[in-house]
Amino acid sequence: MRVRARGWGWRHAGRQAWAVRALDLAIDPGERVLLLGASGAGKSTLMAALAGVLGGDDEGEGEGELLLDGSAPADARGRAGLVLQDPDSQVILARVGDDVAFGCENLGVPRDEIWRRVVEALEAVGLDLPLDHPSSRLSGGQKQRLALAGVLAMRPGLILLDEPTANLDPDGVREVRNAVVRVADATGATLIVVEHRVDVWLPLVDRVVVLAPAGGVLAEGTPSAVLERQGAALAASGVWVPGVPPTRSLRVREETALLLRAESLAIGRGSTLRDGIDVSIAGGRATAITGANGAGKSTLGLTLAGLLPPRAGAVVATDSLAAGAGTLPHRWKSRELLTRIGTVFQDPEHQFLAGTVRAELAVGPRALRMAPDLVDARVDELLERLRLAPLAEANPFTLSGGEKRRLSVATVLATSPRVLVLDEPTFGQDSRTWAELVALLAELLDGGSAVVAITHDAEFVQALADEEVRL
Amino acid sequence: MTDILLPVRGTQAIYGINPVAKLGAAFLLGGCLILSIDWVSAAVALLLECALFLFAGLSARTFWLRTLPVWLAAPLTAATIALYGQTSGQIYFEFLFARISEGSLELALATLLRVLAIGLPSVVLFLTVDPTDLADGLAQVLHLPARFVLGALAALRLVGLFLDDWRSLELARRARGVGDTGRIRRTAGQAFALLVLSIRRGSKLATAMEARAFGAPIQRTWARESVFGARDWVLVALGGAIGATAIVCAVLAGSWNFIAA
Repeated sequence: MRVRARGWGWRHAGRQAWAVRALDLAIDPGERVLLLGASGAGKSTLMAALAGVLGGDDEGEGEGELLLDGSAPADARGRAGLVLQDPDSQVILARVGDDVAFGCENLGVPRDEIWRRVVEALEAVGLDLPLDHPSSRLSGGQKQRLALAGVLAMRPGLILLDEPTANLDPDGVREVRNAVVRVADATGATLIVVEHRVDVWLPLVDRVVVLAPAGGVLAEGTPSAVLERQGAALAASGVWVPGVPPTRSLRVREETALLLRAESLAIGRGSTLRDGIDVSIAGGRATAITGANGAGKSTLGLTLAGLLPPRAGAVVATDSLAAGAGTLPHRWKSRELLTRIGTVFQDPEHQFLAGTVRAELAVGPRALRMAPDLVDARVDELLERLRLAPLAEANPFTLSGGEKRRLSVATVLATSPRVLVLDEPTFGQDSRTWAELVALLAELLDGGSAVVAITHDAEFVQALADEEVRL
Repeated sequence: MTDILLPVRGTQAIYGINPVAKLGAAFLLGGCLILSIDWVSAAVALLLECALFLFAGLSARTFWLRTLPVWLAAPLTAATIALYGQTSGQIYFEFLFARISEGSLELALATLLRVLAIGLPSVVLFLTVDPTDLADGLAQVLHLPARFVLGALAALRLVGLFLDDWRSLELARRARGVGDTGRIRRTAGQAFALLVLSIRRGSKLATAMEARAFGAPIQRTWARESVFGARDWVLVALGGAIGATAIVCAVLAGSWNFIAA
C-alpha cells in the first residue's frame, strides 16, 4: 500500500497547537519505515490518522491531504491495521480465536474464510494456543502478538505499530519483534513503526523518517545515514540512538545506616506467592528487584513499602527509620509513611489525587501539616527541578507519559522519604526522561536515601544498583 | 483477576444450549410464578425443577456454592413476611408492629418457596452461560444491534481490570499519606478516580476496536454461528411447561390467587 501526505496537518479539538503540520511524505508499497521524533512531534496522531481512527470533525480539524492508495484512510477501513502500546486495552474478546476473528467479522469476511485466516495469523505470530484459550491469561508479549494477529487476519496493506514493545520486558520485546519480522516477510505489507528503542527495529527497516516538532519532516533516509547526521539531535530529544548512551551521573558510593530488613519474608495477596526472602535496605544503597513476569516483584515492592502486610516473616524498620513509629511499616499510619517510605507506582495514574500538577505536589506536604508558605516553597522547588513548572496548572491526567512519570516521582520526593520504592520507573520512557531519572535517583542516594527499584531494565540496573535481588 | 468472568465449563448437553434459550426459559418460568402468591404453585414448580437440576451440568459443590445467596435470601424474606405480612386468622405472637398470624405464616411459606423456585433455576441456568455466546445469541437470534451488544461484551472484559485498579488506588492513597481519615470521603474520591481511569481505558479499547474496523459501514459477518435449534426450543418449552403445570395445580387445589385481583 502506498502512503501519501501532502501538506497534511491535524489539530485536536480544544487545543491551540497543531499536533502535526505541513507534513509531506511518500511511502511506497512494501517499504518498512521507522518513524521517530521528539515526544510531542505528533507520531501517534499520524499513526491514528493512517489507521482511520482519528475521528470526525468534532474530534479535531484537519488540513491538506493524507491518502492510502489514493483514498482517505477512513474509507479504507481494514486496509491499515494498528497495534498500540498498552497490551491490556487491545484485547477485545475473551477467547484467543474470537479476538483474532473480530476484525474479519467487521469486514464481512465469510465464516469459513475467517477461521482459515485466524489459524494462519496465530501461526504467523507464533502463538501456539488453543482457539478457546482465555485471552486474560496471556503475558504482555503474548497480548501484543495477539493484537498483531488480529491485524494480520484483516490482510492489511499497511501495518502500523505505535510503540508496540514499550511496555514489555526483554523477552516480550524479542517475541514481538520476531513476530513482526515474520509477518512483514510473509505479507510484504507496508510497515510503519514508532518506537523510542531504535536498536530493536533498526535491522528490520529500510528507511527512517524523523518528524520535526514544529511540523514537517526533520530528516529522512536510510537508517545509517539519518542516524549519522541526526544521531546527536535525536538522542537529545529522547530517542535511544545506538552507540549514544544516555548521560549517566557518577555516584559517590557511600553506605550509611541500615533502614529496613526483610526476614524470611513471605509475600502475596490472598495466597502466598513467594517465601523465604531476606533483604537489607541501607541508606545510600540502591537495590534492584528483578525477575520474570509474575514472579512477585511488585508484590515484594509493595510489601517492603509497608503497603501490604507480610504473609509470614517480617519487614522490620530500624530505629533510625522508624523514628518512634513502631517497627512494622505495614502498621504505620498512612501519614507516618510519608517521611519514611515513599512509593512510586508502575502506573502513575493510580497515584494522582488532585486537579492540577501544583495541587498534586502539595498533597503530601499538606498531609504532614506543613505551614502553607513552606508547602509553596517545596512545591516550587520540585516544579523547577523536575521541569514541570510550565505545566503547574495542567491536569495530571493530560500529561505525556514522560511528564506523568516525572510528576509521580516528584509527588513522592515532596515529603523527602528516606526509602524510595519504585515499580518499573523506566518503563516506556524516552532516553531523556531515563537519564533524568537516573541522575535524580543518584543524587538522592548520595544524600543518604535508600532506593529500591523493581525493574526489567538492564541498563538501569547497571547504572544504579548496588545490589540485585532476583526473584 | 478477570477469571471471575469465565463461566463454569463442562461437556454436558446444557453447555451446548443457546444462552438465549436459557434466558427465555428463565423468563417464562419466572413470568408464570409471579402471577400468584400461593404455596402450591411454587412447591410444584420447585419439585419439578429439582428433577431437572440433575441435568444442570454442575457438580454438587458448585451447585451449593453458587446458589448459596438464594438459600440465604429465601428464609430471610420469609421471616420478614411472617412478622410483618398481612394478618389474618389466628394470631400466634404479637410484639410492637410484629404480628405472626395464620395468614402471615402461609404467606411466608409461599414466599420462601417462590424465591427458591424463581431464584434457583435462574442462577443454575446462567452459571453455564458464556458471555461471548450470549452476545452472539442476542445479536444473531434476537437481532439486537451488533454495535450495542459487542460494545457491552468488550466492556465486560474490563471489569477484571477495574478490580485491579481499585486495589492499586487504595494502596496508592495510603502511600500518598491520605489513608488515615475520612473513610467515606476517601472512598468517594477513589470511586471518582476509578471512573476517570475506566473512561480512559474504555476510550483506548474503543480505539482498538475501531482500528479493527468495528463500526465500518460493511455488513458484519459472525465467526461463531449462534444456532437456535430443537433442543433450545425444548428448554424454553420446559420452562413454560413447569410454569403452566404449577398454575394448573394451584387452580385445581383452589389456592390460586391472581396477584392483580
